[in-house]
Amino acid sequence: MLDWLRQPGVIAALPAAALLFIGFAGPLLMVLGYSFMPEKTFTLKQLPTIENYISVVTDSYYISFAWSVFLAGLTVLLLFPICYPIAYGMAKLFGKWANLITALVAVPLLISENIRLFGWVLVLLKNGIFDGALQGLAGVSAAGLLYSVPAIVLGLVYVYLPFMLFPLVIGISMVPDAVKEAAADLGANRWQVFREVELPLAMPGILIGCILTFVLVLGSLAESKILGGQAIVMIADDIESAFTFAQNWPKGSVLSVLLIVLSGLIVFTLFRRIDLDQVIGRR
Amino acid sequence: MSEATTPFLELAGITKKFGNFTAVSDINLSIREGELFTVVGPSGSGKTTMIRLLVGMDQPTSGEMRLKGQVLNGVPANKRPTCMVFQSLALFPHKSVGENIEFAMKIAGVDPVRRRRRVEELLAQLRLPPDCYDKGVHQCSGGERQRIALARALAFDPEILFFDEPLSALDFRLRKALEKELKDIHRETGKTFVYITHSLEEAMVMSDRIGIMRNGRIVQVGTPHEIYNEPVNEFVAKFMGEVNSLEVEAVGENLVRSKAYGDTYRVGKIPAGFTAGFLIIRPEVMKIGKAAASMPNRVQGVVFNDYALGSRIQYQVHSATNSDHWLVERLQDEAYEGELGDTVEIGWRPEDSIVLSE
Repeated sequence: MLDWLRQPGVIAALPAAALLFIGFAGPLLMVLGYSFMPEKTFTLKQLPTIENYISVVTDSYYISFAWSVFLAGLTVLLLFPICYPIAYGMAKLFGKWANLITALVAVPLLISENIRLFGWVLVLLKNGIFDGALQGLAGVSAAGLLYSVPAIVLGLVYVYLPFMLFPLVIGISMVPDAVKEAAADLGANRWQVFREVELPLAMPGILIGCILTFVLVLGSLAESKILGGQAIVMIADDIESAFTFAQNWPKGSVLSVLLIVLSGLIVFTLFRRIDLDQVIGRR
Repeated sequence: MSEATTPFLELAGITKKFGNFTAVSDINLSIREGELFTVVGPSGSGKTTMIRLLVGMDQPTSGEMRLKGQVLNGVPANKRPTCMVFQSLALFPHKSVGENIEFAMKIAGVDPVRRRRRVEELLAQLRLPPDCYDKGVHQCSGGERQRIALARALAFDPEILFFDEPLSALDFRLRKALEKELKDIHRETGKTFVYITHSLEEAMVMSDRIGIMRNGRIVQVGTPHEIYNEPVNEFVAKFMGEVNSLEVEAVGENLVRSKAYGDTYRVGKIPAGFTAGFLIIRPEVMKIGKAAASMPNRVQGVVFNDYALGSRIQYQVHSATNSDHWLVERLQDEAYEGELGDTVEIGWRPEDSIVLSE
């Protein structure tokens, strides 16, 4: 009856499954549980309530959600046209130089994101590197750059560029040259080859890059805190404050649950359109 | 099949260099309207480079290409009235069979109803099932995919259809069937086909004329009959299959002598100005045993081994006194009657041998 339990695959997967349950699924279930507890309680033994869910609307947390979704969308829209030509070059044109570019893009990932963002603070600061240089060379000032939404967007585009770039490289590499040549041979001009052949065939990589970037920005808070100051509040910032400063676990849990549901919806809707086996190269 | 002699596609001094490497060198060729012309060469002979130049995916370093008198140089692939069936077929994996075939018409702005009708015509013409219009190309068999690729190219209605070894990846039986089918389709459509392959056998089956390529040059152009019976050099003679080839020098009227062994043979005719070169005797003109007794050229040897080739049997005969290694092929019903290891006579008529300077 329990024959399926004795299969080698099931047995081999047990340790990892146990670890995932204790370390991943368990805490998530607790977060879900806390989201139904009354405000500022630290136990799951109270009577369930949906007052926290209502407070998301009444306490205007939806504004933070809106900022996060807006900035995530904007970052994807900016990163795609920036990364596509670079990715195309790396996949098809640069040859051995592509490795150098890969290294140049990847090496900064070894340095903490916060430290890199503080580097940008020095650049954008009033009388900082950019403003100072502008004053010295042109006599104009650009003092108001830091602590603004554009500064946040700059930070997001900078930090998440590799997460768009590398999936695009994989996606574009998956398009065989002969198929594009065949389209051109049948009369298609460059734009038609791109639209009819290259774009659809590179779509798995494109979708993965867009999803990865979108979801990562949705959960980001360092850029808005370090480069944005008090300009706006993103949802991850609210979650952090609720759990730490405000000591309101149910509030933090509610926001976390909603963020997970939002990310999950986007990921699952889009991933249904991708054949992952094809991306890994098994087909 | 067309006997028209008007120049249709002309190549004049076409050369393509990649850095210091000359892939295609000074090609002069005239292809007639409606013929099935095959370019044959071993791998690395420049035939793929040449087809890329013809289709417009690469541009020649020098020389001129003209189609019906109009210069093709500099015209990109998508502006040329020619089309190619790729070695990899290069079907669009994300499109259905129907969408693949109608691609060129969609690009050209043909309305969907007419597109659909033309696709259905082509499916019927190429003996593809009518219900495969909505199938994905991955669901089709190898032979069906070949036909889809051909249909996609025919839907473009090209002046010339190029083929870059599209059959090379198929198993033997399917390849043989499709070779004949392709020849039938060529006759039905009346279009000019230019076919590239490394297999002279394939070229023989299909072609009106054949061009043999070697080291980036065309070494001989002719009908299959001419290529087989009047090869211009040893390379062409050997390209068709196994031959007996001896290095010889002229020693008298219609008499040559093997450079290595000193044995002499009578030949049908010696080309003008010949002093030294090759004597070629195809295995299938050689007689063995009793049948060899009446032959003017005879060699004695030991039957070393026999190989069944299907319709024919090949014998390897080793000789102690003459050039040492001979191949003889006979049909099954005129097979050699003796045993392996027997001493036999093999022989051939002088007019069945070919003397070549190079």
